[in-house]
Amino acid sequence: MDRMPKWADIVLIPLISLILAAFLSALVMLAIGEDPIKALGIMIQGSVGSSYAWGYTLYYATNFIFTGLAVAVAFHARMFNIGGEGQAALGGVGVALVCLYVPWSHWSVALIGATVIAALFGAAWAAIPAFLQAKRGSHIVITTIMFNFIAAALINYLLVKTLKPIGAMEPATAKFPEPTHLPNMHDILGIFGIPFSRGAPVNIALLLALLACFLVWVLIWRTRLGYQLRAFGHSESAARYAGISPTKIIMVSMLISGALAGLMAINNVMGEAERLVLNAVEGAGFIGIAVALMGRNHPFGVLLAALLFGVLYQGGAELALATSIPREMIVVIQALVILFTGALDNMVRMPLESLFSVLRRKPEGAK
Amino acid sequence: MDFFALFDLAVLDGTVRLATPLLLACLAGLFSERAGIFDIGLEGKMLAAAFLSGAIAATTGNAWLGLLAGIAASLVLSVIHGLASITFRGNQLISGVAINFFAAGLTVVVAQSWFQQGGRTPSLSEGGRFNPITWIGADGNGFYSEVVSGHSILVYGALLCVPLTWWVLYRTRYGLRLRAVGENPASVDTAGVSVIGLRYSAVVICGVLCGIAGAYLATALQAGFVKDMTAGRGYIALAALIFAKWRPWYALGATTLFGYLQALSLRPDILERAIGVKVQVQLLDALPYILTVVILAGFVGKAIPPRAGGEPYVKER
Amino acid sequence: MTDQIPAIELRGISKSFGPVQANKDISIRVMPGTIHGIIGENGAGKSTLMSILYGFYKADAGEIFINGQKTSIPDSQAAIAAGIGMVFQHFKLVENFTVLENIILGAEDGPLLRPSLNKARSVLKELSDEYELNVDPNAVIEDIGVGMQQRVEILKALYRQANILILDEPTGVLTPAEADHLFRILENLRREGKTIILITHKLREIMEITDTVSVMRRGQMTATVKTAETSPTELAELMVGRKVLLKIEKTPAQPGKNILEVRELKVTDDKGIQRLKGINLDIRAGEILGIAGVAGNGQSELLEVLGGYRRASGKVTLNGQPLELDIGPSGGQKRRAMGIAHVPEDRQREGLIMDYAAWENIAFGYHNDPRFQKNALLMDNEAMKADTAAKMSAYDVRPPDPYLAAKSFSGGNQQKIVVAREIEQNPDLLLIGQPTRGVDIGAIEFIHKEIIALRDKGKAILLVSVELDEIMSLSDRITVMFDGQIMGERLASETNAKELGLMMAGMNGETA
Repeated sequence: MDRMPKWADIVLIPLISLILAAFLSALVMLAIGEDPIKALGIMIQGSVGSSYAWGYTLYYATNFIFTGLAVAVAFHARMFNIGGEGQAALGGVGVALVCLYVPWSHWSVALIGATVIAALFGAAWAAIPAFLQAKRGSHIVITTIMFNFIAAALINYLLVKTLKPIGAMEPATAKFPEPTHLPNMHDILGIFGIPFSRGAPVNIALLLALLACFLVWVLIWRTRLGYQLRAFGHSESAARYAGISPTKIIMVSMLISGALAGLMAINNVMGEAERLVLNAVEGAGFIGIAVALMGRNHPFGVLLAALLFGVLYQGGAELALATSIPREMIVVIQALVILFTGALDNMVRMPLESLFSVLRRKPEGAK
Repeated sequence: MDFFALFDLAVLDGTVRLATPLLLACLAGLFSERAGIFDIGLEGKMLAAAFLSGAIAATTGNAWLGLLAGIAASLVLSVIHGLASITFRGNQLISGVAINFFAAGLTVVVAQSWFQQGGRTPSLSEGGRFNPITWIGADGNGFYSEVVSGHSILVYGALLCVPLTWWVLYRTRYGLRLRAVGENPASVDTAGVSVIGLRYSAVVICGVLCGIAGAYLATALQAGFVKDMTAGRGYIALAALIFAKWRPWYALGATTLFGYLQALSLRPDILERAIGVKVQVQLLDALPYILTVVILAGFVGKAIPPRAGGEPYVKER
Repeated sequence: MTDQIPAIELRGISKSFGPVQANKDISIRVMPGTIHGIIGENGAGKSTLMSILYGFYKADAGEIFINGQKTSIPDSQAAIAAGIGMVFQHFKLVENFTVLENIILGAEDGPLLRPSLNKARSVLKELSDEYELNVDPNAVIEDIGVGMQQRVEILKALYRQANILILDEPTGVLTPAEADHLFRILENLRREGKTIILITHKLREIMEITDTVSVMRRGQMTATVKTAETSPTELAELMVGRKVLLKIEKTPAQPGKNILEVRELKVTDDKGIQRLKGINLDIRAGEILGIAGVAGNGQSELLEVLGGYRRASGKVTLNGQPLELDIGPSGGQKRRAMGIAHVPEDRQREGLIMDYAAWENIAFGYHNDPRFQKNALLMDNEAMKADTAAKMSAYDVRPPDPYLAAKSFSGGNQQKIVVAREIEQNPDLLLIGQPTRGVDIGAIEFIHKEIIALRDKGKAILLVSVELDEIMSLSDRITVMFDGQIMGERLASETNAKELGLMMAGMNGETA
């Protein structure tokens, strides 16, 4: 009865959307007088051409896995969490606090402590919008946007007034102490004798991200909570009938979502910067929306989409260095991906559906 | 403590200037959302308009051409939003998000390639800007001279849009149909009026008003476009729209309040003089957002959005 | 009479939605100044046909003639221009507009509202008086009752000078008294020369008011006959396509002890309107209590309270154990744990997750049940699939594919999945609302048999249905609800449709 085979739905449509986005991006490059083929070459070389390049690509991908999963989990409960940016930023505050003020003995304990705190801070920042949605019906999209701005103002205040070391000019915390520094991919692969660039920021948080992918998959498709969460996402009235508490599902899904976004701080704040700076999230919270849409809200899809965006992000940075194409080109591509995979989905889907129904009718007619 | 410092004429003057783009964007959102199309892409449309108006005004030296170009840029994004949410029945929120990013990225990419000034347009000359109009007899100090007089034509135009919007919405056939299509599109469809046509018209009006708002930023409030110059104004306008419960006169009130908060955050010294306590600038920056959350929470009266808002219209029996 | 030009003539209308052919080569002639009934089961294609006539859908093939003129109706605008007005089953009114605003919407006289409103006000008064339509032009739609809302829809059509009026299942939401009022209006309209098409699945209405009746079955027009020359039995057979068993085979009930006791049950909704005004009832083991009534008189609220997802006050006990009435959002779980199963009135909105596969739906509501858990953390998907396959074969669900999404099954098979899930739970009390709404005849018989089998196992059953025939043939005892109150109770064997109908209209059971 389905109008299209499943593979077309989960592979073909995102692929076509991506090609459309790439095509329009190429047009933009042509319009500003750059050669898109050459740009593509630079991007690929700069993102996957060396272990140093891979190191950056995977570092960015780690960020996007966390924020992408955050959006995806909430989406399953039909909550559109645009607040990943603020939740990830608050996760950073949590990480900074535990790294600066708790005397850790070894990075492994520090990692556990920071993971808990990052998740808690991220979840806490999602809690108020979630509560207002569950109890007062305040639209989660608007409240999470507002909370992004409030988070920005709050962190601005903290970094300018309270967390900045005395006498420092830059609004940032002090460097975290040595025992909190996480091993990077160079250290980890070194154990197995595999050489990897020392300078690249990819670190152990990548493994945490992969673990998060697996756990989210288990949560969504194998647990009672996931069953109830998806049921609520499909039909709130049916959930009420079945005795699934909307309040509980909204709160739990948003808390998990916020926690996942908060966990991003392990990668960018603890793993890479080793201090908290202004605007540390750099839009990764928003890229999570594109990643989740592109990955069809499936953890494996999110992983692939996050890798793709890692390539784009790192490649885009190289592009900005090598040509006069500014880094904002990535934002354009990201916007186009969101537009085609999220909002203009039907534009791609409708012609494909009629194509498949024609293809299907033919073999029947031949019988 | 000097309570009257809160009514400092410089702050009030700033309120008028800062509330204008909010008001225009808020009315833009009002038309769109009253027709049942949620629009969180106000920010992106304003930004695109600000850029193109700044760019054209800089190259031609003509503010009016800049204004037209700004409206055109905003309209292009409006039509994309219309395609996504009306024709292809996509998710209106996601479309809005995409449009905001699209504008944020493209304005810088194009500005850089066009002017090579790090994503900004050159400063506008005298003719490239909308200049203040001094009213008759407004040559001294005082409320009349400093607050009422001395704004650009766009400010007065924006204020005129308030009664105009009210009149269109509640006194014309078009307004009746527009409100109906946002409440129950099936009622309009069965009455033989095109739902798609009405919604596109609302989206276009929204685009025009956002275009004026953006052009105001680049050619009147400031002298040229700078990267990310809307700075969240589209979202504040959205907040004001909710605050105003989707009504024109309330929109004027809400945007004036938010404009006032913005004006005040530029002058923390005045606030300190008025209430005797030093208030953090960051708190003032966050105040519109915090207020919106409080309003959304329903602690200050319930805001009920148009009933068909956000839902694509699908015919059913 | 026969050479008179028909007001409407359809020739060879066909319409498909994907693989489903909703209308197959339909031809019909409707004479001016008559009331023409179209009758058929749910899903027979009546509404599709009328939607084509009103320009809502485009026919794949066929021609439409209005007053002998070949007319194409691409949209509602064209239908209105051709003098066709339609009153949909679900009203198309703007809730926060006044009656007057709703009436002029789309039929304004100019770009400004005031002149249109003034003109409409006077026209409305004339129409109101002429056809007994008494409505208040300044009332806001959300404040008036459904009966008046329907009259607003009729006024909308008349204001647009419709000569042909189509009404789709108009009495579904009306009390018998309101329905009588509607029929008087329709007779007035016929007297003025208007042509009326009445779509319904209720034989009684067809016999009462129509001049001619057309029968539809599975997308085809099977017959058109003069109402005076036919009988309900003949029409029923034409509708269904075979002899209909008018009576369900069942033995007399053997009621045991009281299972459910409801005392002074009261419900107030979000808007502050009292929906249940002190309900008292008992259900005993081994009996079916049927609740008759027009939709919207508190039956849904009663089911929701007992199903655990609506707050109420009063006292309810099951097997002597009190039920929690001031209940939170997970109340449905508590009710199931006590042995109450619930087939909800609307399977698509409540009973099923339409995007879930059948095997996921089989655990819906029982997802916390130990038999569906693999361990403390994970669910046992394999157990759910095996359970589904077993239930599908026991209830003859087609196709018997546990992986198929609920939305891909027909209405009857969807309902069988829900009924199987709830009845196989072997509950002490089964709540069942509109068990056969939108269900084909074969599945209806199957579901009725299962309900009676559960009763014969000594279980208590609360049946809610707006189909009086279903209530009368299934129930052992019948209670009638009106306006949140119980109007009276009768033994099914000792009452008749007329008596129950009076009670449904608000007449007290003692005087009826």
